Amino acid sequence: MIAIIDYDAGNLTSVARAVSHLGFRCAVTNDVEAIRRSERIIFPGVGAAGSAMASLRRLGLDRCLAEAFAQGKPILGICVGTQVVLEYSEENATSCLGFIPGTVKAFPGDLKDAAGQRLKIPHMGWNRIHRVRPHPLLADIRETDEFYFVHGYYPQPRAPEWVVGRTEYGVTFASVMGMRNLFATQFHPEKSGRPGLSILRRFCRWDGKADR
Amino acid sequence: MLSKRIIVCLDVRDGKTTKGIQFKDNVDIGDPVEMARLYYETGVDEIVFYDITASYEKREIMIDVVRRVAETIFIPFSVGGGIRNVEDMRAVLLAGAEKISVNSAAVRDPSLISKGAEAFGSQCIVLGMDVKHVGPRPGIPSGYEIVINGGRTDMGMDALEWAREAERLGAGEICLNAIDADGTRDGYELRLTALISENVGIPVIASGGAGKPEHLYDVLTKGKADAALIASMVHYGTYTLGQIKAYLANRGLKIRQTW
Repeated sequence: MIAIIDYDAGNLTSVARAVSHLGFRCAVTNDVEAIRRSERIIFPGVGAAGSAMASLRRLGLDRCLAEAFAQGKPILGICVGTQVVLEYSEENATSCLGFIPGTVKAFPGDLKDAAGQRLKIPHMGWNRIHRVRPHPLLADIRETDEFYFVHGYYPQPRAPEWVVGRTEYGVTFASVMGMRNLFATQFHPEKSGRPGLSILRRFCRWDGKADR
Repeated sequence: MLSKRIIVCLDVRDGKTTKGIQFKDNVDIGDPVEMARLYYETGVDEIVFYDITASYEKREIMIDVVRRVAETIFIPFSVGGGIRNVEDMRAVLLAGAEKISVNSAAVRDPSLISKGAEAFGSQCIVLGMDVKHVGPRPGIPSGYEIVINGGRTDMGMDALEWAREAERLGAGEICLNAIDADGTRDGYELRLTALISENVGIPVIASGGAGKPEHLYDVLTKGKADAALIASMVHYGTYTLGQIKAYLANRGLKIRQTW
């Protein structure tokens, strides 16, 4: 069973639909015992970091996630779920879970592309990821594949060793991070067509080891 | 860099895709779920469904379409038409849509935008605007006026001012439909699109007038649009999405080319 963490942080039905479409059993839940019993965890989220962390703490899910991470259970973070695995977010000045050292930064207001054109915020739409290291969950991904993003803040892990892929939007940011049994994407794999589904499918079978 | 999005629009009436010209003379052209699947498989970046069912009582038919689409395609799609309140929005989002588009109801009650943004996040709320060129006049300094009811009712509201107001209220995106160009296939309203896009900080989807791939090129460059909406160009097989995307990529636009 795959637990999709429910912490009042937006549209979780799309993640559950995608996982079910791939033929895997999942449950959208905030029940600590159900999450403990699960084989793997998907940690999605849209909305603001402040309210996300407040919900996680209120439901006792912060400790539950820390325990699962320490045990080596495969965890997939998505969007805000990815951001709050860092230590701190500039959004609502929020102290986060701190699984990966680093912070979440706001896109600067005067963001421009290489040609000097103003860039709109949030970063919304399709963009590429440039892999900086191999990861088993990205085995089917081509350099030209694109993923659906919608966010106004971006992850900035402190050490490059946690960066799996980077994306460019006025700044270059870590759009994919990996640390042992934790894999985290700023984009929405459940909304990214074939390449996104391939990441989800591989996650649903992943043993949590990054070195293959 | 972000790709320019190509968005296909499906007008849905009583659960069937339909197409009219300037909001009149609609004919059924297919099953929306099957059409969504075809466009998804051939590389569309996003889909918009407009429910043009006349009767509010038949809304459940549209919710069922949304549910079946959500089980079939795994890219963002939005739903507009007949959204009157936050409960209507919730029903559509729970059925699996990524975004909700509000138009006439937001003109009548702008707080619908802020209530929706507060409940579900700005990224969910698209403001649909139907705009007509009337020339600059008192109350309409930009020369573009908001119309509702399929263009039949002038609202005496300036399009640029309404776009800015909607952004302030929390709209995450604007879908800008030029009534004068809609259904003509003579090209988008470039001046209007650039005016709105350059004066708001949220993405603008250009709508109305697409007939040839070069029209998309023009509105995504000169028109400063972030995305281009198309309908009859692909519904009748005049062009495939692949042809349109290849054309735009060959002219140097960043377009999503593998899926």
